[in-house]
Amino acid sequence: MDAQSIYWTPFELFGAPITFNVTTMITFSIAGLIVFLFTFLGAKKMAMRPTGLQNFIEWVIDFCRGIIKANMDWKTGGRFIALAYTLLFVIFVSNMMGIPFEMATNDTHSVIWKSPTSDPFLTLTLAAFVVILTHIYGIKLRGTKEYSLDYFRPKWFLFPFKIIEEFANTLTLGMRLFGNVFAKEVLMLLIVGLGTAGIGWGIAMFAPTMVWQAFGIFIGSLQAYIFAMLAMVYMSHKVESH
Amino acid sequence: MEILGEGIEWGTIIYSVAAFSVLMFVIGKFALKPLMGVMEKRQNQVNDDLDNAEKSRVEAEKYLEQQREELKAARVQAQETLEQASKMSEQQSREVLENAKQEAERIKEAAVQDIEREKEQALESVRDQVASLSVAIATKVIEKELDEKEQQKLIDSYLEEVEAK
Repeated sequence: MDAQSIYWTPFELFGAPITFNVTTMITFSIAGLIVFLFTFLGAKKMAMRPTGLQNFIEWVIDFCRGIIKANMDWKTGGRFIALAYTLLFVIFVSNMMGIPFEMATNDTHSVIWKSPTSDPFLTLTLAAFVVILTHIYGIKLRGTKEYSLDYFRPKWFLFPFKIIEEFANTLTLGMRLFGNVFAKEVLMLLIVGLGTAGIGWGIAMFAPTMVWQAFGIFIGSLQAYIFAMLAMVYMSHKVESH
Repeated sequence: MEILGEGIEWGTIIYSVAAFSVLMFVIGKFALKPLMGVMEKRQNQVNDDLDNAEKSRVEAEKYLEQQREELKAARVQAQETLEQASKMSEQQSREVLENAKQEAERIKEAAVQDIEREKEQALESVRDQVASLSVAIATKVIEKELDEKEQQKLIDSYLEEVEAK
């Protein structure tokens, strides 16, 4: 089970190697492409009486609107619909990608198909992206003064904890998603590896594989929802005064 | 996956941020914004339609009430007209009957008077005839039975009678 992603380090910048995880890049791009295609096919007709895919896309939009409205006023939160929608949809698709199969080259065991969210760099990047966005919008919508003062509320001595909180938020947001999906993939590999060890094992492991795939779908959906929800929670902490 | 051993994968980080940002921007700008416009438009339309339906319903109810009242009024009027007509016809028939009775009375009276007059005339003529007949008879009798002398005597007696008067 020494599955390895494919790495590519074309050059160094300021002494640091610029490494690309090709597997993550490809699978994440495919996830983005799937989201893009679904969204645009659904939004193509713009019918007043929606059918098929448009219904689905509108349902997802409504779902995201529900997430945002649960955290903040729609007047301030409306601008984050694209963020919530893309996060939810892309992470959901990414989580689902590793469930039916995982592809690896035979000789080097290089993985070429998996859930891109089982890569901690990707999930932490998304988490950092979201947290940085909350800071940007916090300053933009409430002004630098209000934004800075928020670090000393409700009491001034909470300042260090507030700073820690920002990093902890980023870490937990990213690591939670990574941990769930990575654990799902590892266990899937174990079960499938055992199942392919012999005919008897194959029969014995058929039911556990199905059960684990069903559970994978469940935690995949749940983690996508949690990620989008927490992103909006952090956003509301920054853009709304308390 | 040796995170520390490999160092931070800056390439992956840059690529995923770029990919996610582009995807978010494109989807937000070209799909979600117009689609949400359509959704809002639809919501407004549904709201308007519901409002209109409510308005129409209230209006229809009002009209129905109005019609009902008008029908009631018409029915009352018809009833009144009918009553009046029957009253009038009754009165008319009574008048006609009265007139007819009076007319009959008049005609009867006239007939009685006529009869009376005719009777009198008849009696008159009978009396005249009786007188002339009696004179004729008398003439005949007198011619036969009275001679000169007798006649003279009669004339005298008449004269005497006239004188005495």
